[in-house]
Amino acid sequence: MSTVVSAAVVLLLLWLAVWTVVARDAFLAVAGFVVYGLLLALVWVRLAGIDVALTEAAIGGGLTGALLLGAVGRLRGTEAATATEGASAGARAGAAVLAVAVTAALMLGVLVLPEPVPTLAPLVVPAMPATGVGNPITGVLLAFRALDTLLEATVLVIALIGVWSFAPDRAWGGRPGPRYQTDPDGVLAWLARVLPPIGVVIGIYVFWAGADHPGGKFQAATILAAMWMLVQMAGLSDAPRTSHRGLRAGIVAGPLVFIAVGVLGLWAAGSFLAYPPGLAKPLIVVIEVALLPTLVLVLALLMNGPPRRGGPA
Amino acid sequence: MSALLDGFSVVAVIAGAFFYLAGTVGLLRFPDAYTRLHALTKADNLGLALVVAGLLPQMDGLLAAGKLVLVWLLVLLSSAVVSQLIARSARRREARP
Repeated sequence: MSTVVSAAVVLLLLWLAVWTVVARDAFLAVAGFVVYGLLLALVWVRLAGIDVALTEAAIGGGLTGALLLGAVGRLRGTEAATATEGASAGARAGAAVLAVAVTAALMLGVLVLPEPVPTLAPLVVPAMPATGVGNPITGVLLAFRALDTLLEATVLVIALIGVWSFAPDRAWGGRPGPRYQTDPDGVLAWLARVLPPIGVVIGIYVFWAGADHPGGKFQAATILAAMWMLVQMAGLSDAPRTSHRGLRAGIVAGPLVFIAVGVLGLWAAGSFLAYPPGLAKPLIVVIEVALLPTLVLVLALLMNGPPRRGGPA
Repeated sequence: MSALLDGFSVVAVIAGAFFYLAGTVGLLRFPDAYTRLHALTKADNLGLALVVAGLLPQMDGLLAAGKLVLVWLLVLLSSAVVSQLIARSARRREARP
């Protein structure tokens, strides 16, 4: 029975992937991509990777989908023109050959995986008590492979700087996105008043639960950023000025605290990002608490896009 | 008692699945945005309500059951609001010549 369900989900996933690739309309392709992300989250649940499923649903389906929808909105004006151009037959054939070759190489890679699959899990499990956290995923992300997480957070900040650099000179330091005007008594404004208190509680719960259960700062930050975007889109509050000092401090605070803890490890435990014995859990909590606002701000501001209005007079 | 509860679960989840099926058929077959939304919200509200109700006796502990009810309420809230917004934007598009 469960094999039948798995097979059905896999077939649906493949069909949806093909449909998304061949969709002629950018909006339809993004809609397909969002559904694909949610289905992929279901697959991760079936593979017992709840942490990955949460991240896939929040970031792969939700946040990336919303970013792509924003891109579709911006490209709308030029879409009809590009649709008529079309690539030459040679370019199409080349792209097809390249795509098939990459797929074949990936399939081959899966087929030649050694049996049993090499894994570091047996090494992680006995070392978990030293970290003080119960969820092995969090342990790997913040203790054994903390450097990767530091780089991830830094990459997000750099990506935001890249997005901001698209601002025209007159808007530099101004507010991103349009000023949303909606009916203050309308249903969207109502939702933007009712949902954020619930969303903030759930976001903080997902954040805190990440220590011992599936969850963590990335999923929590996506929820919190979504609540902020909802308030902005309902016109209840404007996007912040990108020149705001507090905002910029909040954006770099997470990686800076992370690096400071890393340097502390150099001095107190003998290597960069090493935690002194007994202090692992408190230091992990410090890093997580510092990273959460950074991630919320960066994810929401990535959604907002480059500054467009209200630059220096 | 537990057999009775299991029976209730099976009946409620199957009934919920029926509403999902009906909602999906409606989404595919109905002629315009408003009727399609109508079909969809039936699936979201009643279908999910029945599935959640069917799963409640299978949960261990009040906390887990409460979370399930919370999920249903949140989906109810978002589907009601989103269908309003979609219907409104469809109307605006119609009004435009």
